[in-house]
Amino acid sequence: MRVLAVLYGDEGLIAEMDNKVLEQIGNVACLPGIVDAAYTMPDAHWGYGFPIGGVAAFDPDLGGVVSAGGVGFDISCGVRTLLTGLKRQDLEPREEALAHGLSRAIPAGVGSTGKIVLDESEMDRMLEGGARWAVGQGYGRAEDLDRIEERGCIPGARPEAVSHRARHRQREEMGTLGSGNHYLEVQEVTAISDETIAAAFGLARGDVVVSIHCGSRGLGHQIGTEFLREMALAAPAHGITLPDLELACAPIRSDIGQRYLGAMRAGINCALANRQILTHLARREFAYFFPETSLPVLFDVSHNTCKEEEHEIAGESRSLFVHRKGATRAFGAGHPDLPAAFANTGQPVFIGGSMGTPSAIMIGPASLPEHAFASSCHGAGRRLSRHQALKQWRGRQVVDGLRKRGIIVKSPSMRGVAEEAPGAYKDSTAVVEAAHLAGLSRKVATLEPLICIKG
Amino acid sequence: MPKPAGASAVEPRAELFPHGADVGIRGVGPTCDTAFEQAALALTSVVTDPTRIASEEAVEVTCEAPDHAYLLLDWLNALIYEMAVRRVVFGRFAVSIEGNRLDGWAWGEPVDRKRHRPAVEPKGATLTALKVGIRDDGAWVAQCVVDV
Repeated sequence: MRVLAVLYGDEGLIAEMDNKVLEQIGNVACLPGIVDAAYTMPDAHWGYGFPIGGVAAFDPDLGGVVSAGGVGFDISCGVRTLLTGLKRQDLEPREEALAHGLSRAIPAGVGSTGKIVLDESEMDRMLEGGARWAVGQGYGRAEDLDRIEERGCIPGARPEAVSHRARHRQREEMGTLGSGNHYLEVQEVTAISDETIAAAFGLARGDVVVSIHCGSRGLGHQIGTEFLREMALAAPAHGITLPDLELACAPIRSDIGQRYLGAMRAGINCALANRQILTHLARREFAYFFPETSLPVLFDVSHNTCKEEEHEIAGESRSLFVHRKGATRAFGAGHPDLPAAFANTGQPVFIGGSMGTPSAIMIGPASLPEHAFASSCHGAGRRLSRHQALKQWRGRQVVDGLRKRGIIVKSPSMRGVAEEAPGAYKDSTAVVEAAHLAGLSRKVATLEPLICIKG
Repeated sequence: MPKPAGASAVEPRAELFPHGADVGIRGVGPTCDTAFEQAALALTSVVTDPTRIASEEAVEVTCEAPDHAYLLLDWLNALIYEMAVRRVVFGRFAVSIEGNRLDGWAWGEPVDRKRHRPAVEPKGATLTALKVGIRDDGAWVAQCVVDV
């Protein structure tokens, strides 16, 4: 190993971690140009190549690499949370109708398509412009952009590095949720841990919020597929010995490394545009039932990315390529790249739960420097595989059980619901507590699901 | 009847194997061709029950790769791509491998949410647990983890 592997978590979480997590983060620590340490977040679990919940930074001046496996297939998958200004009791009379309306308005599940079909030139503009493009097309408001990482558009995207196949796969998928663990949830704020920060975020107990979890859809999947193969095959020519093929990577300063970065950034912009369009669809549906609502964006954070960032290593500021795979950026108060709204507080960090377990809103550290290249966890992680979940639950049983607890689940696939059963996920509470105690991020609010739209 | 050269008496079958967040797919068969066909069936079974799929349309897939492992990766990723852009599911496959070239066919139909009840869309076949080879009992095995 070139650097140490550092695991965040309490004794219980680390004991529960699959041995594969240790093996995988150990392999990451062997990659060229890695700096400081390879980190796992408290929710780390077995991924492919990198563990999910893995963070690693590479220095191009030291022959550092960029890894398609270190970002994953769902480029810039992330969470956006919207405020509604409604209280739980405001929602109740129209909750059923809203759930039905959202399930019709939000394209979700296998084979679903959006209403926006992009031609080649419009696709280029979307890949360069991200959420800014979407707002320009009428999907949202200019002020939304101040509440999105990179102000809704990461620079350095190279649409020409995105293949015809990736574009084709995305052509009809703008404004779609996808399937698997992706969701749109209407949630209630059930507990506040930090009243001051919650107030600054516009959150109070009993408030209703909307969270959207999805990514760059088919375009990102195809970029990941193609570059993973190309990087794995090219590794020997770059003098890279891969301890695990799935760690496929290339020097940042190589043709393939630069093409991947350009394509991956286009994928990030695609994800930001996608969540912006879904925001527009959710707003339209809410406006029908609650005309007084405008659903402002609290924040939008991605958890599958590689971003060029300045970090201080041994007293020296260095430009590093930080991979976060299933890990959320958590800039602390005073970080120069924060939007003005969060300059004095630090950025919101969203921890996803499941259809029946709580999600959490956290915030970056109170002061600089942050830990683990300013990163925190992103969710609870699975306890059971999809296969095991399918043996244990039936979709209808899950939906009926959640209904008795006051949670409405809408999904086109009962099998999909069974695979995503709350019991198949770990409880995020321990993960959130560990991140809080370790100083990765701080607890702000707990959210419980009310309506869940699943793919 | 004598077995064809290189073929075992193993019954072709499609299997899933567990992976933390995703799912492993495995095809087993008497020949490399059948193992690839069964791996494709296993891929479909991640999405839906292959026996519910009618063979209404056929798609031809051709791949070339440096070795059989990458050929499996390319075959599965080509099917994932075709499923995504055509919005179809496939229930029947035919594969012919010569050297490092694969000529394949997939038969299926457009996704019908009520009948197929599709669970999840595969994002891509990964290099994790990627393996093509012959087991001690003579059976060909073709497997990898699929990100869903």
